Amino acid sequence: MHRTAVKKVVRENVLDANDTLARANRDLFDRAGTYTINMMSSPGAGKTALLERTLERLRGQLRLGVLEGDVQTTLDADRLARFHIPLVQVNTDPGFGGECHLDANMVRSGLGELPLEDIDVLIIENVGNLVCPAEFRVGEDVRVMVYSITEGEEKPLKYPLMFRSADLVLVNKVDLLEHLDFDLEQFLGNLDAVNPGVRTILTSARTGQGVDEWCDWLGQRLENV
Amino acid sequence: MHELSIAESVVRIASRQADGRRVTKVQMKVGYLRQVVPSALTFGFGLLAEGTPVEGAELEMEQIPAEGRCRLCGVESRLGSFPLQCEECGGFDLEILKGEELMVESLELEEA
Repeated sequence: MHRTAVKKVVRENVLDANDTLARANRDLFDRAGTYTINMMSSPGAGKTALLERTLERLRGQLRLGVLEGDVQTTLDADRLARFHIPLVQVNTDPGFGGECHLDANMVRSGLGELPLEDIDVLIIENVGNLVCPAEFRVGEDVRVMVYSITEGEEKPLKYPLMFRSADLVLVNKVDLLEHLDFDLEQFLGNLDAVNPGVRTILTSARTGQGVDEWCDWLGQRLENV
Repeated sequence: MHELSIAESVVRIASRQADGRRVTKVQMKVGYLRQVVPSALTFGFGLLAEGTPVEGAELEMEQIPAEGRCRLCGVESRLGSFPLQCEECGGFDLEILKGEELMVESLELEEA
């Protein structure tokens, strides 16, 4: 007997489930008065090092918390443990082969361990990856991208998804400018081409350059909440 | 590889919408700006569909080119490559009209 097929129109957004959970996370953050930053970059761009500088600078002024996303290990969380702030590690490995990004549900799974009421600013350090994290909202107020000058000038054009979604780009490792052929003007031009007018701050987690400016930027955002 | 998460979501949507029937085809719309690699999505889809009503179904992707309206001159144009730029005046400040789709459009279901 021949079976016939029927067509059913669905028109359902693939990321609806994630976006719904992201909104639920955002409600939790808003109710607790927690401002949330989704920090994204390639592996090795210096997210954790900049985070250490940031915590050193803002400790005592703001109550900070960190949610660390990594495919495996607690190495990053171990580095931040000395600050004695609320810190939770979410390993994405239990997923299928280890997810390359945090999604709203993974973030939610870590929130139970964080006292949101006692956290003014929650920094979510996403998995190091230049593509995937950009696709998944997690309930953040703002997206901050860390880009290191060792990655070359052309990456905004090759990976526009993430560069387009960033509210701020911290251009890191600028202490190496004199040692590299990196053309800063060309990079900033490429960045502006995919995300016109996006704010940038030159930073060095090594020397501390730009950390004050970045913290001031954050302070201004908090005032306007 | 965000394709795997996307495939997982596609299989979940198709399974739920199948109402107990077997799915033979899933038709998607995928915008250019989503940076989805079709072969990776197809691979993940096949793998994750196993043991569900979607097992063995064909995944069909309609690629949607990016289009935008220039905020400077108001002209709508096709955005073929990065940097996204108005074809008319060269402006970069664009309202994206198409190209961000990531949608399960329809299913083909076996009649019971």
